[in-house]
Amino acid sequence: MDNRKMICIVCPLGCQIEVVKDKNTRDFTVTGNQCKKGKDYGIKEMTNPTRILTTTVKLRSSYLRRLPVRTDIPISKALILDCMREINRIEVCAPVKAGTVLVRNIFNTGVNVIASRSISRLSRTDRA
Amino acid sequence: MQAEYDVVVIGAGPAGLAAAIEAKKNGVERVLLVDRDRELGGILQQCIHNGFGLHLFKEELTGPEYAEKFIDELNDLKIEYKLDTMVIDLTKEKVITMINPKDGLITVKAKAIVLAMGCRERTRGALNIPGTRPSGLFTAGTAQRFVNMEGYMVGKRVVILGSGDIGLIMARRMTLEGAKVLAVVELLPYSSGLTRNIVQCLDDYDIPLYLNHTIAQIQGKHRLEGVYITKVDDDRRPVEGAEFYVECDTLLLSVGLIPENELSKVAGIKLDITTNGPIVNESMETSAEGIFACGNVVHVHDLADYVTIEARRAGRSAAKYVKEMLNYNGKNIIVKAGRGIRYVVPHFINVDNLEDSLELYTRVDNVYKQTNLIVTLDDEILVRINKKRLVPGEIEHIKLNAGKLKGKEASRIMVEVRKEGA
Repeated sequence: MDNRKMICIVCPLGCQIEVVKDKNTRDFTVTGNQCKKGKDYGIKEMTNPTRILTTTVKLRSSYLRRLPVRTDIPISKALILDCMREINRIEVCAPVKAGTVLVRNIFNTGVNVIASRSISRLSRTDRA
Repeated sequence: MQAEYDVVVIGAGPAGLAAAIEAKKNGVERVLLVDRDRELGGILQQCIHNGFGLHLFKEELTGPEYAEKFIDELNDLKIEYKLDTMVIDLTKEKVITMINPKDGLITVKAKAIVLAMGCRERTRGALNIPGTRPSGLFTAGTAQRFVNMEGYMVGKRVVILGSGDIGLIMARRMTLEGAKVLAVVELLPYSSGLTRNIVQCLDDYDIPLYLNHTIAQIQGKHRLEGVYITKVDDDRRPVEGAEFYVECDTLLLSVGLIPENELSKVAGIKLDITTNGPIVNESMETSAEGIFACGNVVHVHDLADYVTIEARRAGRSAAKYVKEMLNYNGKNIIVKAGRGIRYVVPHFINVDNLEDSLELYTRVDNVYKQTNLIVTLDDEILVRINKKRLVPGEIEHIKLNAGKLKGKEASRIMVEVRKEGA
């Protein structure tokens, strides 16, 4: 895709921007943005859009059945569904400390999947 | 025997946690935090997405991570808390009746109280959608808790009514977990959610957003089988012939939040009919002396960061009240919502109790472009902010310098939207 209209989400202004790729020079022109950050955002969205992925994994030995996890840094948008499949295979056992690495270097991206909360070891009928 | 506390905080979500911490940090010894859930953190624990803390900590945290920062601090400060505890009565004299499986029925007396009960979701009953009553209908927040904490997937083919932030977040969440989100349906011509959620939750996954549409009928005997979606006109009435059927097994409702003020009402605290929350002053004090309120119980915020900021003010004020540092003699300036403004919090200001600055929180009533947000003190313009875009979905914050209010004989502050230059 050489042209794309999108909303910039760097700040609450939400500029409607359009990114056009020059067929010959392969340079990008961004219009509609009101600051430089909008230009950078537009180009990044065209070249390699990334997102923090947040989801859950199965959790045992606690009063909850799911532990929230996330990627420690943004990961390429194209890999998100593959990551979901990989992360869904994990099962962890409480107690867990927030920040614990659950998958190291997923798909050789340099991105780790970490626990995004701490949780104690308690049965479902116990009270936290 | 009745236990006595300096400050009792009701509700341990982002507001209650911050208020309890701030009260303790401001020199109040006996602080008690009470919550009906089995753990601290409130709704933050089910909001596993990131975007929390951008303003306060300059980093993007998930809800549970944001909660954990405050829970750790609460524990470091050795603040007492009771979980699984439901407050069932509250009086103006600041006697609180609560119940839990361990203590049974107990009453405590507080010198000051902070109300931080948050809000709850509007349900199908509040909307009167015609049709049958099958299973498969959830409020978006309930589905969020089922999926993110309890490990129950709620459905496979999903329609979402309402484009508030929880609905948008759940559209992405359901998609990631393998469901097909067929439509997000919004009655208004604009979404009430944050722009970044429209982009990251809908656009990223090619989920269609139908503005000016609503659900005309719900079908299904035991489980939901489908919904009729219809276009609406400018008066929000269904347009004849503009109806289409979508086969689905799940309908999530993200149609607004209601501040949870049953206790406030029991205590005889005055509420604002627009926000559905207590009327508060600059110190976040309600109409009942020594009872403060903060967070979504006062008005529904878009970001937890702003809840925290407001709650800290309430916690500090409660501590000041206990130490008899709040002044009740000064004159009150009334804060009014002018043209284009739905509401402003706080509702009035006692200048004597102002800190260095005061933040006014306000929501506009429609989408405005190339406009000015103006604050006047009687006839004098105090603040003029150029706004390229104002939307009802995003709260505006206006910082007022206390120096500009002190020593003046003014009686009214008005916030309004004006055309540029007007």
